Amino acid sequence: MEWRDEGIVLSSRRHGESAAIVTLLTRAHGRHAGLVRGGMGRRLRGIYQSGNLVSAAWRARLEEHLGGFVCELVTNHAARLLDEPERLAGLSSACALMETALPEREPHEDIYEDFLTLLSGLEGEGWAQAYVQWELSLLGDLGFGLDLSQCAATGASQGLAFVSPKSGRAVSAEAGEPYRDKLLTLPEFLTHPDSGPPSFRQMEQGLALTGFFLRRHVFAPHHRDEPPARIRFVDRLRGMSTLSGMSGDLETSGAKEGND
Amino acid sequence: MTVSHIDKLIGLLARLPGLGPRSARRAALQLLKKRESLLAPLASALTQAAETIRICGECGNLDTTDPCAICGDPERDQSLICVVEEVADLWAVERSGIYRGRYHVLGGTLSALDGVGPEELKIARLVERASAPQVTEVILATNATVDGQTTAHYVVDRLASCGVEVTRLAHGLPMGGELDYLDDGTLTAALKARSPA
Repeated sequence: MEWRDEGIVLSSRRHGESAAIVTLLTRAHGRHAGLVRGGMGRRLRGIYQSGNLVSAAWRARLEEHLGGFVCELVTNHAARLLDEPERLAGLSSACALMETALPEREPHEDIYEDFLTLLSGLEGEGWAQAYVQWELSLLGDLGFGLDLSQCAATGASQGLAFVSPKSGRAVSAEAGEPYRDKLLTLPEFLTHPDSGPPSFRQMEQGLALTGFFLRRHVFAPHHRDEPPARIRFVDRLRGMSTLSGMSGDLETSGAKEGND
Repeated sequence: MTVSHIDKLIGLLARLPGLGPRSARRAALQLLKKRESLLAPLASALTQAAETIRICGECGNLDTTDPCAICGDPERDQSLICVVEEVADLWAVERSGIYRGRYHVLGGTLSALDGVGPEELKIARLVERASAPQVTEVILATNATVDGQTTAHYVVDRLASCGVEVTRLAHGLPMGGELDYLDDGTLTAALKARSPA
């Protein structure tokens, strides 16, 4: 058995002295693991850092074997983010999430494409927004998409401020107000992507929203905990939002700003 | 019964890094051939090491004394702490001979998946040490890997309240490195960290 594909490194674990068991998210073969000889060695270690885009060749005697990878580096996403604490935490969180959420050897081209977009998005301006939107689209790709187009109670498509934890549908500010303790907050940037960069506070609300549904639909059914990398990422942003105050450092003209 | 003793020796040697069953057999044969000059001294050195070498309660280094020779050396700069992942990294910095402060061995890195959290690393102890009045600078010398830098960023956050200067090693061109042969990650890091000539 042999194939060639492009893939993104999700994780690499030491195996023996210098070998590594590397998991890639590939375009046509899904999340796929393989042994890399010398993968933890001096020469190759840099290639197998989470988030790097590689061109991979997989080889095994039988299809069900673990097999081995030989990879060539295409884009070194990890190195570009090493000095940026928040973005690097986002990258680790995304890779850990892919590793936990996806079944092995099942191709998901949409998820792969979205992940590629996220990787380049993490280097750009609206990286935080890109991350939350990526988690939201991941939920959709996995079959647990949220319906944020209109209010579940009134049918209104404007003034959406909450999400129902039961149905995963949006609820407008007025219909949701009496039940606000039971509803999840829907930050404005998710319904109006053009409303400018979100504050750290809104980011945190967005991550709380996606985190709730990820835990319920993705982690819990597999008896898995939320990956520590995601917890640390959320903690880091929470730290930032406390530092920069309630409104955050990047002010937006949000109708809900300061409501909670 | 002698055969099983030899097998046991070979089996144990084969578990050492860099040795497999074949090279372990060669090593065992060599040891047995040079019984007086190699086997006996090695056996006593191993016994001594097992009895006397311990982990320094201060920095996490390996030494026969606790605190270790580095922590106990009054000549060393008390105001500097260099944070490394493993004892091997401490030895590497020590080999360079340029650093005259003290160390702190974390004992690994935060891992995204394997459940290595801050509690498993000696971070609380580091915060405690960095809070001492004589310490003015903490140098982060973790590896330039995703896990290494994630750990470094985490340590920076934890040290924020200690009132010490926190620095990290530069990333960039290695000595004797030719641009043509460098990977683009190293080049990116080197360009980002460029300094006035």
